[in-house]
Formats: sequence, C-alpha cells, structure tokens
Amino acid sequence: MTDQRPPSLFDVEEMEVSFGPQHPATHGVLRVQLKLDGERIVDAKPIIGYLHRGTEKLFETMAFPQCIPHTDRMDYVTSATNNQGFCVAMEKLLGITIPPRAAYIRMMLAELQRLASHLVWLATHAIDLGAITPFFYTFRERDAILDLFESYCGARLTLNTMKIGGAPFELPDGWVERCSALVDAFPGHIDEYEELLTNNRIWKRRTIGVGVVSPEDAIDWGLTGPPLRGSGVRWDIRRVFPYDRYDEIEFEIPIGANGDTYDRYLVRIAEMRQSVRILRQCLDRLPEGPVMAKIPKVLRARDGMAYGSVEAPKGELGYFIVTTDKATEPYRCRVRPPSFVNLQMLPEMVRGHLVADLVAVIGTLDIVLGEIDR
Amino acid sequence: MSDNEKTTPDHAPAAPGQPAGAAPEAAGTGADAPRPALTDDEKAAKIAAAKAKAEAAKAAKAAAPEEPKPPWEAKPVTPEHQDASADPDVAALAAAVDGAVLAADSFAGDVTVTIPADRIVEICRALKGDRGFTFLVDLTAIDWLDREQGRFDVVYWMHRFDDSKRIRLVAALREESSIASVTGVWRTANWLEREVYDMFGIHFEGHPALERILTWEGFNGHPLRKDFPVEGIDTGAAIYPDVYPPGGGPVRPDELESGEPKAEGKGD
Repeated sequence: MTDQRPPSLFDVEEMEVSFGPQHPATHGVLRVQLKLDGERIVDAKPIIGYLHRGTEKLFETMAFPQCIPHTDRMDYVTSATNNQGFCVAMEKLLGITIPPRAAYIRMMLAELQRLASHLVWLATHAIDLGAITPFFYTFRERDAILDLFESYCGARLTLNTMKIGGAPFELPDGWVERCSALVDAFPGHIDEYEELLTNNRIWKRRTIGVGVVSPEDAIDWGLTGPPLRGSGVRWDIRRVFPYDRYDEIEFEIPIGANGDTYDRYLVRIAEMRQSVRILRQCLDRLPEGPVMAKIPKVLRARDGMAYGSVEAPKGELGYFIVTTDKATEPYRCRVRPPSFVNLQMLPEMVRGHLVADLVAVIGTLDIVLGEIDR
Repeated sequence: MSDNEKTTPDHAPAAPGQPAGAAPEAAGTGADAPRPALTDDEKAAKIAAAKAKAEAAKAAKAAAPEEPKPPWEAKPVTPEHQDASADPDVAALAAAVDGAVLAADSFAGDVTVTIPADRIVEICRALKGDRGFTFLVDLTAIDWLDREQGRFDVVYWMHRFDDSKRIRLVAALREESSIASVTGVWRTANWLEREVYDMFGIHFEGHPALERILTWEGFNGHPLRKDFPVEGIDTGAAIYPDVYPPGGGPVRPDELESGEPKAEGKGD
C-alpha cells in the first residue's frame, strides 16, 4: 500500500516561528524570526528597533553636559560605563586632562559597574538555561554594589555619575571602607557561583560546543568584549587605548580557547576576578586632590571629530562626536553600541542548533536592547 | 576627615620677625615702622617706591621659573588640525590606489582620510589586505545638509590589531547618489550599513539585504537627517509629501506600491 495520506500540518518541512519580542528569554524586546525544521534552526533573523528612542538625534539638540543623563538610558545596566565613554570622548575632543583622583574614582565606579553587569548576565543566563539558584546569590551582591552607587550619587540604576572633566562628587565618608569590605568578600562570592555552575554537568552539557565562533569570524563580524576574548583574541580597550588611569593598573585579559558558550562564561567569571583586582589597586592607591578639572563653565568645541571608546562590560563602547566651530552641542554624536554589533552574529551562531541553544546563545552574547535600539 | 581640613583656619605660620599676613616680598621694608605725618613729596616718593616695588615683584614673578600647573588646573588644550599625509598608512594608501587620498588630517590623535566615494571598495580592500586593517569598528554618516561637495559624509573607522592603529575614512556623497557596500570586505558592515540607510536614507549598492533596521518598513523619512524634526512625526503626518502619499503615517509596503494610503491607516 502506497502512502496516500493527505499532507498534514506535521509534514511541513520548515516552519516559521516568532521568538519574542515578549519572551522572557530574549532579555527585553528582541524578536527573532526563526525558520525551524522540527526542533532544529534553519535560519534566524533578529528583528530589533522596538525600543528605539532616537537618542543620537536628541544629542544634537543638547549642550555637551546635558547628554550624559541620556547615555544612562542606553545600556541601562551599565550606566556608569556609558557616562565614562561619553566623558572620555568629550575630553579627547576638548583636550581636557582629568585629575588623578577623579580618574581613580571613575575606574572604581566602572569596575563596580562591570561586576554588577556581569552579575545580571550570570543570573539571567543561568535562569535561561534552567538554573535558578545563581540568581539569588548574584543579586545579593549586585544589591550591595547598587548600595555603594546610591551612597555615592543617590541613584541605583541610571547613575549620571560622571562629568566632563572628572567626577561630580567627593567620595562620601566611609565609602572607601564599605567598598573595601565588598571587594575583600567578593572572590569568595565568585567561588560560590562557580561552585554552582563551573563543574555542573547540566551546565556543561548546555554550554560546551554551543555557539562556537572562530577568532577569524569574530574579527570579521566585529565582535568585541567577552565574545571576542572567548574566541581567544586577547584584546581589551583598557589595555590597547588606556583611558583614565588604566595604564597604572595591573590586570590580566582572560581569554577562552574554543570560542563556545562555556568559554565565554569562564572569560566573564575571570573578568570579574580581574575587576576585583583592579578595585583593590584603586582603593589602595587612591590619590588625594581635586575631583574635577578646571574647565570653562560653558564648554565650546572647535570644528572637528573625535572618537573615544571604553571597554564596557559588553564590549567596545565608542562615542564618535562631530562638532562645528564654537559649538556647545554635538553636531552629530554616534554611539558605537557593542551589543548591536555583537547581536549581528546571532544567525551564524545558532544555525543548525536546537531552539534551546538559541536561548543559550542570546544569553552568552549578553545583549541589552536599550543599547541596541538606542 | 576632609571636613576637618576645611574647618581649620587657613593661616600659614608666620615667619619669625615678620608680621602675620605680610607678603614675603614686603619683609624688611619697614612697613610696620611708626608713621609720622608725611609731606606731599614724601608721599609721592613712597608711592613711586611702592609702584617700583610692585613692578619689580611682577618682573621677578615673570622671570622666575613658574611652577608648572598640573594639566587639570590649566586651561584645556584644544587639539589642532594637522596634515597627516606623512602618516605611513596614508602614504601607502596613496601609493597603492591612485587618487585615493584627497586630504589627510590628524585631529585629537585620530587620522582622518578623505577619499572619493566611488572607489570605496577598492580602497577598503587595499587597507584590509595590504595594511592589515582587518577590523571595522564603526560605520556611520553625517548629514551636512547644504554642503557644496555633497550632503552626506559616510564615515568608516577601522582598526589594526598588530600595533593597535586606527584610521578613519570619510567619503562625501551627494544626496541623489549611492555608495558601494563594503559588506564584501568586512561582514560587520551589514547591519551598520542598514542602520545608515535607515537613519539617513543612503543607499549602499550591492548590500545583500538593505532593509530598515531600527524603524519599520514604510516609515516616513529618515530620522537622523537634519531636516527631520527632532520632536518626531505624528503617525498621521507625511513629512515628505512629494515622496510619500499624504496622510499616510506609517505606510505599509503594499501601500507604497499602489500609492494609495488606506483610510484606516491614518493615525488616531
């Protein structure tokens, strides 16, 4: 008897499924249009822009210092680093040198922010892959970091905590001691997270060999940050173009060997340990002196263009500022968002994998849609 | 601790034999001598002496090697534009591709090379292949609105890993013309060019899928153009009435083809 059945729903070879934008594992409003063959991904197309607010357009209407609060709203889990990127670019454009104490305060805030960002990444990444326990541990420490931010600048999430020419405030009384206690305790906390995950069989099965990126591909696709270093390229803006006072600090750049999700996990964990090391050095060497450079009340730039970038937790965050002569606001301010460029590689990384691996890859890219859509 | 420092009275310990508060230059001039009534001549002489002294102090101050202020207390040093045609990469590019370098400028440590827009792929291939710029950091555009040599600047910003060198290419482009896509040189360029197309309306020829990326297909206008209103557009407003059908707001692609907006498409 030959097969005479009428074609049914299950005979369709490829199926289109929309993953997101309201899906808890997409970390915001990312939509991925999937072409599926059963459980296997044939093609994926990220669709973005749901959070587009026209930040770059808004920059063009605001005086330079007014732009800083708006940088907070891009990558909203690392707002201190966003502020730093804008300030570094502006200082390059205006030729401002910041006092050493300001640079150290900025570095401390940026490294605390890196820890906080990696903690959010670890918590959500682990939840996506079915491990809910790390969330409770990481958010405990993240809260302590946010408390430190709160006592410094009054805000916990959108910090607005750096100024062109330095830092806005002197450190409050007892801040250094509190930060020091946190830094001392932190390696033990990282051990706790690692105990939960690093040798966990389920975790390894879900991450090893998933989303492999070769170093050549990583460079060709413009990856930066942990996704690039996970593929074995030793490259960090803090080292190659030192800003603030990173040239005085000793730290290592951890890299991965295989370029898979597990390696990127190890790289970020190692980065957290390096951040702790940087924080310890900053606290020990914190110089005395002013926290703001002497800059004019009204900042005026000359005609020109400058690009300043920082190593954000997600990768290279760059600000490209174009000004006209005697301008008080940017003529054009382009943000080079690390998440945007990193997300571009998603289809390459998930092709041929299972749908569950897509969740792992989105988690490992550590994207924030506020920054992608701007 | 810092509070204590601030509340401490700010007087330096006076040197022995010198009245507190007197400037060091005034020491030993008899400023604290008893003051008899002075005649006009004496007064004039005293004034002249004081003036001479002030001038001497001024001269001494000018002559003395001034203690260098730390850079954060001095005035910001605005960067200068400098010619960068001697830069090894610019020179190599000029030698490799004839007529590639229209101008080379160095500002705030960045090298900017102005290039002709119609040879962009050739130039990028030369820079990637011969000079090792394997990493495209950023690709964006600037809208100069009424500039003579073309409305837009397309900006390419690339990186070399060997010595961490970066170079910027700027290609001026007229509004009606298009530029070749560099997706064949660096795959990074794919989304970056899509974003420039979306935000500025610049067409990249040879791009595999030049679609809008941050706004939706059929959106009226290109937000980062200088003639696009900052406050945004009403979904019911057509800001380019000669290009888009009136009242069309967000126009769906099928409406664009037929040219007739559907009545219910109007914003409410």
